[in-house]
Amino acid sequence: MTANGLMQIALFFGALLLLTKPMGKYMALVYQGDIPAFVRWIAPAERFFYRLYGVKPEQEMRWTQYAIALLWFSLIGMIALYALQRLQGYLPFNPQHFGAVSADSSFNTAVSFVTNTDWQGYAGESTMSYLTQMTGLTVQNFISAAAGMAVAVAFIRGFARHTAETIGNFWVDMTRSILYILLPLSIVLALTFVSQGVVQNLAPYTTVHTIESVSYDNPKTDAAGNPVKDAAGNPITEKAQTQDQTLAQGPVASQEAIKMLGTNGGGFFNANSAHPYENPTPLSNFLQMLAIFLIPAGFCYTFGNMVGDTRQGWAIFAAMTLVFVAMLALAEISEQAGNPALTSLGVDQTASSLQAGGNMEGKETRFGIVNSALFATITTAASCGAVNSMHDSFMPLGGLVPLWLIQLGEVIFGGVGSGLYGMLIYVVVAVFIAGLMIGRTPEYIGKKIGAFDIQMASLVILIPPFLILCGTALAVLLAAGKAGVANPGAHGFSEILYAFSSAAGNNGSAFAGLSANTPFYNIALAVAMFFGRIWLMIPVLALAGSLAAKKRIPPGAGTMATYTPLFVMLLIGTVILVGALNFIPALGLGPVVEHLTMIGAH
Amino acid sequence: MFKEFRPAIIGFVLLTLLTGIVYPLVLTGLSQLLMPSSANGSLLMKDGRAVGSALIGQPFGNAGDFWSRPSATAPMPYNPTASGGSNLGPTNPALIDAVKTRIQALHAADPDNHAPIPVDLVTASGSGLDPDISPAAAFYQVARVAKARNMSAAAVRRLVEQHIQPRQFGILGEPRINVLELNSALASY
Repeated sequence: MTANGLMQIALFFGALLLLTKPMGKYMALVYQGDIPAFVRWIAPAERFFYRLYGVKPEQEMRWTQYAIALLWFSLIGMIALYALQRLQGYLPFNPQHFGAVSADSSFNTAVSFVTNTDWQGYAGESTMSYLTQMTGLTVQNFISAAAGMAVAVAFIRGFARHTAETIGNFWVDMTRSILYILLPLSIVLALTFVSQGVVQNLAPYTTVHTIESVSYDNPKTDAAGNPVKDAAGNPITEKAQTQDQTLAQGPVASQEAIKMLGTNGGGFFNANSAHPYENPTPLSNFLQMLAIFLIPAGFCYTFGNMVGDTRQGWAIFAAMTLVFVAMLALAEISEQAGNPALTSLGVDQTASSLQAGGNMEGKETRFGIVNSALFATITTAASCGAVNSMHDSFMPLGGLVPLWLIQLGEVIFGGVGSGLYGMLIYVVVAVFIAGLMIGRTPEYIGKKIGAFDIQMASLVILIPPFLILCGTALAVLLAAGKAGVANPGAHGFSEILYAFSSAAGNNGSAFAGLSANTPFYNIALAVAMFFGRIWLMIPVLALAGSLAAKKRIPPGAGTMATYTPLFVMLLIGTVILVGALNFIPALGLGPVVEHLTMIGAH
Repeated sequence: MFKEFRPAIIGFVLLTLLTGIVYPLVLTGLSQLLMPSSANGSLLMKDGRAVGSALIGQPFGNAGDFWSRPSATAPMPYNPTASGGSNLGPTNPALIDAVKTRIQALHAADPDNHAPIPVDLVTASGSGLDPDISPAAAFYQVARVAKARNMSAAAVRRLVEQHIQPRQFGILGEPRINVLELNSALASY
């Protein structure tokens, strides 16, 4: 690590630490209906929305009703997004005249964006009309994030309340998330992005006349537009030359802002945040990274504030940060070390004042190693999934970091809302384990943890590994699963493992060499995304309902303090142990084997 | 069960209007009004027509131009309608072969240069549209460009030095050189 690299990382953490408390405090006020004066002018709009919905904001819901509202909202979103993609050819704001997206891809994308995964089997700039991007994808970027935030707030109320039957009103929590938090922040961030060079227009793609002409092999197509293949099945190409470059345009900045703030991660363009029109400068990159962690980090404080003991929130923040720093170090060191196979070819990979060095395959010059590894660690610790470099081309251990962070359950800051409730589930398990060790009933923030609570927590922790490991096993057994693999050997296995981890963990990043826009992957991954989101939210809400109904017991002499460094270590141990026990065999077959064969060969 | 259906439908429609129509259109309007150049792609104009974008790289292969980074886009390199990286894994023989081919091309264009090759010059970028190369990659090419253009190496080197973009605010990102701008400056030298 260079001194500048350490400074950039320190700057990021400094900014995050400074923003965590104000952000968390603001969210706590908003969700408790104590709207701060400087945004009170939004309140009439909020009341207007409730009147049209036909709901009374003060009327609260039991957890079952909360879950039903969430399910209806998600279902309608999926149907609308599916229909929009299928019909985009007949609709306006389509200057490139893109036709309907295929049925299986539309289904996959509809599930993907509604579950806040934003896995992308398609390439945006050659598939989606501006209308689909704006009224389909951007909308889900907002409302899927807001739904996750609502569930987190409901879950916090489970701890903050006692002997209560209700956990809040879904429509209120969701609407407030958008009106007071996501939308204002998005407007500011999007304008800042435009100032850096992110495009924001509705114009057709621009063709420019380049300085040099380029010759290339153009795949031959028949009259119907299908590629022509020779007897061996290889595509036939013909020599072609062009001096034209077609620049893809679109309303990018508006989607880019909420893509990061809502930990969505679905790129407007195929290259995502590596694309210079999505992420043109180191400053835009810094703000994108900060935007990913802003709300998840703030939620730690919101939690502490709402349960009346901010130390509880900071303890969770500390546990997240420690795991994050350890994983970041591994990613940075692996990527900066570079590829030994290239060193032996006479390639200079050492960092100097004139170059970033390291493993630059799939990385952008302006970001170098430091910001690529940092971005990759952030985007997978949180369930964002935006990428500013291609994870598939990371070194074996550098690629293990994002993969394992997803597999830990997206709880290291995690998704907006989902990161906090995911981590609190681990807290419940940690106090349960501690309770077993000393022979006392486990309790957390004045709530006794009972059998039902542990059952729900276990469901949340066990469903994702089940989806990931069974999905991967299925894919490697089927010809349709193996057909998509791009890289040979252990790395190919990692591609499949990463795809199912990303889907079930609702991350959305990929080892993108895998050709996943096929009926098999579109459907299998959609199933993983759906259950990885909805089937976790339901037990989380059930647990919230159970906790809210409990009496609050005052801390006694035998109560374990859950804000001490000891507890932080216990929590980290629980997360790592569960993650390790579930996934070490699978990781062993993928990145670990690849790493060992690589150092064996050099 | 169906009590929540009405708010779900109406809420979805209202929020679609707000976040899917009003928000992006207002932002488009504001951006076009306040920052038209960057909102439309930071286009570079020459004699009244667009010759490229300051943010999007172009392929360069002539000995007298600085070469850009390799690009993995299909079917032609630097194709902004199909952005993306190679996604070749670090131990994939196809990656090693591609790098070897690029090294050979560099050596063939400049047989006297035996210096170690800066890594960004032989590896494909993540977007396939990277507008920049590292200063090291530019200095590596100075002798070839100077020879092909009948310029002194010192003059070309000076031009390169003038085009180094330092880290943003002196700290963020990496120092870099925009290849299109450097080659344009070279052409009008």
